Order: sequence, then C-alpha cells, then structure tokens
Amino acid sequence: MAEKKIRVVIAKPGLDGHDRGAKVVARALRDAGMEVIYTGLRQTPEQIVDTAIQEDADAIGISILSGAHAYYFSKIIGLLKERHAEDIIVFGGGVIPDADIPALLEMGAGAIFGPGTPTTVCAEWLEKAVAEKRAKETV
Amino acid sequence: MSVLAERALRGDVRALARIISLVENEEPEGEEIIKHLYPHTGRALIIGITGSPGAGKSTLVDKIIAEFRKKGRTVGVIAVDPSSPFSGGAILADRIRMQRHANDPEVFIRSMGTRGSLGGVSRSTREAVEILDACGKDVVIIETVGVGQSEIDIVKLADTVCLVLVPGMGDDIQIMKAGIMEIADLFVVNKADRPGVEKVVTEIKLMLDLIGTPDWRPPIYTTVAEKGDGVTELVEGMEEHRKFLKQSSHGEKRMKDKVIQEIKDIMSREIAKKIEHSWENHGADVHVKAVFEKEMDPYTVAHSILKNIISENKLREGASER
Repeated sequence: MAEKKIRVVIAKPGLDGHDRGAKVVARALRDAGMEVIYTGLRQTPEQIVDTAIQEDADAIGISILSGAHAYYFSKIIGLLKERHAEDIIVFGGGVIPDADIPALLEMGAGAIFGPGTPTTVCAEWLEKAVAEKRAKETV
Repeated sequence: MSVLAERALRGDVRALARIISLVENEEPEGEEIIKHLYPHTGRALIIGITGSPGAGKSTLVDKIIAEFRKKGRTVGVIAVDPSSPFSGGAILADRIRMQRHANDPEVFIRSMGTRGSLGGVSRSTREAVEILDACGKDVVIIETVGVGQSEIDIVKLADTVCLVLVPGMGDDIQIMKAGIMEIADLFVVNKADRPGVEKVVTEIKLMLDLIGTPDWRPPIYTTVAEKGDGVTELVEGMEEHRKFLKQSSHGEKRMKDKVIQEIKDIMSREIAKKIEHSWENHGADVHVKAVFEKEMDPYTVAHSILKNIISENKLREGASER
C-alpha cells in the first residue's frame, strides 16, 4: 500500500490580488511532502468548497489580506457543513488581527497563522491535525 | 457492493472523490471497488491532451470543457502535474485555468501528482478515468504533465490523443523525430496568434506525407486557447475521430490493446509487490553482500530469488486448493 499523502487546497477567496503568502505556504507544504492543490486568485467560497470535495482534500488553507476574514471563514465552514464535509480542516493566514482570531477558532477554524510564522510550524501543525482527523474517519 | 461504490454510482461527488484517493493510495478497498465499477465503464469518450510545459494545455482543456457542456455533455477531468522526486510533494495547479467550472455539478475535476511515474501520467490515472467513466461522465479528459519527447503513456489510456504544439519550438527535424509525434490522433497548434504558425503546420503536414496514406490521417487544428478560437472545430475533430474508431477495425483493435496493456500492467505491479515482500525472506542481504564482493553476479542472484518466489507461491496455492 502506498503512503497516504496529505492533500491540501490552498485558496485565495475574494478580491485582493496578493498571493505571495499563499504561494510561499503552498511551496512549504509541497516541500513537506504534501500534494497542494492551488486554485489561484479570486475564488468564491463555493468554488473553494467544491474544489476541496472533488480533490478529496484533507484541508483547506485560505489566505486573506482584505479584512473580510470573518465572512469568508464562516461562509466556507458553513458550506462544508451543508455538503456533509465538515471533517475537512480549515486553516488560514494573512493579515488577520490577533483580536479576531478567537472568533474564527470558535467558528471552527483549525488554526490561524499570522505574518512571520515559520512555514515549518504550519506544516507540522497540519500533519498533526490531519493525522488526528484520519484517526476518526470511518470511510 | 461497497457502500462507497453505490454512492458514487448514484452521483455522490464525495464518494467518487474518495474512491479515487483509495485507488491512488493503492488501498485494497480501491481494487475491490474498481472490480464493482468495471462493468459500468466503456461509455465515455476518453480524450488525452498532451504537449510541452506552457503549451496551453490547461487553458485548452478549460475551453474544451465549455464546448462539451454547450452540447449538454457531462465532463470529467484528470489533470496530472509532477510530484517532487525529493519530498514527494506536489503543486497541482492545472485547475487554476478551469476554476470557472468548479461549481458546475456536471463537471468533475481532479488533480493528480505523478508520484514517481515517468510516462506523463500517474500510476492510478487509468483507474481514475475508469471511475469517472463508470460514474457516468460522457467525456473524460486526461491532461498529462508537460512532456518532452518520449512520455507517451497517454496512448495506453486515451481513445483520442491530442498533441498540443506551439510555434517556435524547433525545426523540422524535431517534428520528424520518433516518440511523441507518432502518438497524435489530432495535432493542435496553439497560440496561433503568434508568428510561425504556418511553418509548424507545414512541417507537420510534410511529416504526415512521409507516412503515406493511413486510414486516419491526423488532422491539424490551429487554436488560440486564451480566446477560445478554433476550439469548436477541435471538438468536432474529436467527435470525428471517435466515429472513425467506431466504424473501422482500428477502434476495436485499440480497445483490445488497451485491455491487454491494462492486464499486463496489473500483473507487473503485482509481481513487483511480491518481489518487495519477499526481498527479505529470501536471504537477499546475504546475496547482496556476495554480489558486492564480486563473489556472485547479479543475474544469478536475481534468477535464484525469482525461482524461490515462484515456488513459494505454488506451494501457497496448492495449500489453498486443498
């Protein structure tokens, strides 16, 4: 049996066009041995969720620098529930004020990585989170 | 039948996506599911899109999806990108160009890493195509990794292979070379708004003239995928090729060749697994040492280990028969 690779969608919702951060994270996760599905810019929450489902992703990482993080996190997490895919981990990063983080975690976000986080921290967290998720899986 | 297979056949996208993962990860359950799904395969038009990196394959696939959707056909896409030989990770980014179809319930797009395969597709791409076919996609498009001259596994998977070229890739000698140029059922010269299109088209024509008069002479289409120019004609050409396969003996031969290839590939894979399993059980380490110290040669060792594997399997079969 081949190794079960971690598959993660890296997406940029909304209209801000700065994807350097998303690309740096995508690259770091690639170097950690994961398969990173990169969607590109200006994705709607619906596109991101459908992509994650078709790709059988373990996780969705979203990068937001526009300030609309509360909206996008709640929308994406809500859509996942609607599609019975709430087991897919949602995490993110970008310019998100510390004060807003507890509310996002409350909503169901797995983790928020702010600017300056070493990419290895993100990769290691994701590896652990996916291992825990898979341990719970029935199908 | 497995619950997952049933759900997928009923159109459950999550189940379908999960089955592809099971197969990709070579889990035993995946093989069982393929056995159940196999009788449902054989209806889809399977198209391969191959060509060098940056030739515009993903953009073209995006436009081809749109064209088939206009005709009311459902579409599955398998887009293959390379895995890192070092970390095993991959950036799978073909679907960036196709994201406008992400919410269309009749379009299913799946990205795959090559995971060590060198033929332009991954080891499980064939199974992924079979799964999409069984689950009712009318058209299945396989986009290979960006290829060079000899990654031609796509020919074992697709009914209709489109080779995407662009102007300015080299002289006529490149076009005369063996390998990738020989597997095209259709030629596409993309980025046809750039200089040098006529030259490429002429060179392909001259190359085809040298072959003589085959039953199917690969047509040449010029496209500007960005703008969608020429895509309607290209899709017409794909349908034409399918008709040709159906009406001529070539189609049946090709299908049979595909089946033979699939069975052989599965056998090779199983034997390779047995070799891995048995490696340590046959004192291979001792042999390695002997070869390393030039006391034995690798051929003798390989044959003797193979003999052991075969006789061991015979014993096991004999025991289970009784």
